[in-house]
Amino acid sequence: MDLLEIRNLHAEVGGNEILKGIDLTVHPGEVHSIMGPNGSGKSTLAQVLARRESYQVTAGEILFDGKDLLSMKPEEAACEGMFMAFQYPIEIPGIGNAHFLRSALNAMRKYRGLDELDAIDFLPLFREKLKLLDMDERFMNRSLNEGFSGGEKKRNEILQMAILEPKLAILDETDSGLDIDALRIVAQGVNAMRSPNRAMIVVTHYQRLLNYIIPDFVHVLVDGRIVRSGGAELALELEEKGYGWIETEARQTAPASA
Amino acid sequence: MAVELIQLESYLEGFTEFAKETAAETPSWLRELRETAFVRFCAVGFPTSRDEDWRFTNVAPFTRTQFAPARSSSQEISVSDLDMWRMEDAAARLVFVNGNFAPKLSTWNALPEGITATGLRKQIALHPQSVAKHLGRYLNIERDPFCALNTAFAEDGAYVHVRRGVVAQRPIHLLFIATTAETPTMTHPRNLIVVEEEGQVSITEDYVSLGKETPTLSNAATELIVRGNATVEHILIEREHFKTYNLSTLRIEQARSANVASHSFLLGGALVRNNVHPVLAGEGGECLISGLFIGSARQHLDNYMLVEHASPHCASRQFYNGILDDRAHGVFHGRIVVHKDAQKTDAKQTNRNLLLNDNAQIDTKPQLEIYADDVRCTHGATIGQIEESALFYLRSRGIDELQARNLLLQAFAGECVDRIKPGAAHSYAEAAVTQRLALLARPMSVETANPGEDQERSWREIG
Repeated sequence: MDLLEIRNLHAEVGGNEILKGIDLTVHPGEVHSIMGPNGSGKSTLAQVLARRESYQVTAGEILFDGKDLLSMKPEEAACEGMFMAFQYPIEIPGIGNAHFLRSALNAMRKYRGLDELDAIDFLPLFREKLKLLDMDERFMNRSLNEGFSGGEKKRNEILQMAILEPKLAILDETDSGLDIDALRIVAQGVNAMRSPNRAMIVVTHYQRLLNYIIPDFVHVLVDGRIVRSGGAELALELEEKGYGWIETEARQTAPASA
Repeated sequence: MAVELIQLESYLEGFTEFAKETAAETPSWLRELRETAFVRFCAVGFPTSRDEDWRFTNVAPFTRTQFAPARSSSQEISVSDLDMWRMEDAAARLVFVNGNFAPKLSTWNALPEGITATGLRKQIALHPQSVAKHLGRYLNIERDPFCALNTAFAEDGAYVHVRRGVVAQRPIHLLFIATTAETPTMTHPRNLIVVEEEGQVSITEDYVSLGKETPTLSNAATELIVRGNATVEHILIEREHFKTYNLSTLRIEQARSANVASHSFLLGGALVRNNVHPVLAGEGGECLISGLFIGSARQHLDNYMLVEHASPHCASRQFYNGILDDRAHGVFHGRIVVHKDAQKTDAKQTNRNLLLNDNAQIDTKPQLEIYADDVRCTHGATIGQIEESALFYLRSRGIDELQARNLLLQAFAGECVDRIKPGAAHSYAEAAVTQRLALLARPMSVETANPGEDQERSWREIG
């Protein structure tokens, strides 16, 4: 069965239409990359999938693991296995990282009818995943993202993913602003999470990340539509030629009325 | 404004009866103190909103009510009634019923040698001089009619004395229970805490109610005298029932290099006014005044700070966080006075507020009066809502909206709780705050919270 099926998705933010008819199918085990120039709607697509309420869907439908995603609240989507690594993770002073992660994991376990984990049961899991991302144990007790460097924030997002083990992970520009060492660690963490049961959507502006996370499919988003899809080689072509040619091409073939 | 005749009559009647009842046990110095205070109270009466210090707090709702002095009824209370207010690992728990010390309900588990913790009336009877030399010397009955009223009816409360160099490893818990009667009652607990040179202690004043909700006036005053190089942590928890009018004043006198941390938690009451008034009288003193107020329904929570820098090289810090829901009204009035000789003063004041409802209101008023020329004073206030982006972040990890809101409120409140040193008092205050927040958290539509701000944020994230 398809893990994610997006049909003719239109979405707007504050009255401006950003997504203008997206179709995308993702099967378990696949890694899809969504690339595109600034303002093409990449992040909007990610936010819609994570069910952010200020992004309004005006047409189309999304099936997530056979269920109607658009009727779910953000927390329900998360409990069903949706995960978005934020482009700009939020700093929340006063909420400890470990406490937050345990609350999240327990919310999901409760949703699935499993027993909640106490702090002692949770600790070994947390330590194991910290190691995977080469993160210091002091991350456990620090406030959520507060005072973290850009790289630490992104690693913390992947740490959350590793603990919550989603069915579908959306990485929204997880590579942006990272130096090469941080990028390698993040990519390594992501690759360790690849499995036949899990799919990923890697949203990125630059091709660089895709040297480390090799996608099965690459889609190019321009002005709210997927204008081209291909394999990993498409990303290399974009890296070489930039987005200009594809934007020009898209403009020529776009329906005049849209 | 003078007291209206009917009020005066009621208080005069109460005072006369009180004077007659306590005549036998009252030394002359105490009688004089009370009489002077009562005369002062009658002369000035209750404050009105024309009074700058009371601009945002209207006491009219309760000045018209006739309160009778509450009768002690500790016999009717058993220790098990007090289980919910047990601080684990406290050195002692002193219980006061309607302001009167109840030794039978109190426990002294681990009070170190050199610390006296007892009732004020008992201390006056046994060692009058130890009380006479401090009581009423610091509390300003001229400035505040409620302090005058408290002094007029001063009879019992807590007396804590820490001998020179004695360090209390565990906190002292003072539990003030207001029991309610069929008719409105009032209590005036009066506390005296003296910490001698290089002593160290943590004291929690905890105001609670027992019984059904009838109007109650709870008017407490504490004089805290901190000698040279002594360290004191003082915590006040106000969580009486929602028909209580609670006024309290903490007057702190700090000697050279004394270090005081005052933590206030205003969680209950209908109308609450909490005054914290430290005087940094000796050089090199340090004072932290931290506070958290959480209001809902029509609660009115007024925080009034007067920080007096009277000596050089002193530092004061005020941090107050407010959370207001429904039609609750909060007031932050932080006044810093730097006297002429108090050079190198370092004073800071911050007030942060979360309004959870469009009808909630906060009045925040910083006030600096500086008569010295080499000082550093800063102040700031913010007012905001729960951030949609933070809420979404938590929800996107599977945490439902109610719990997410509660986590964010706990984090905001936690800033104040975490200024208390780790230990029994910290855990105790934290539990009280968590309990209060649980009454507050409930789902709210994000769209209505602040559409303008949401939109702005969304635009930034596009693409």
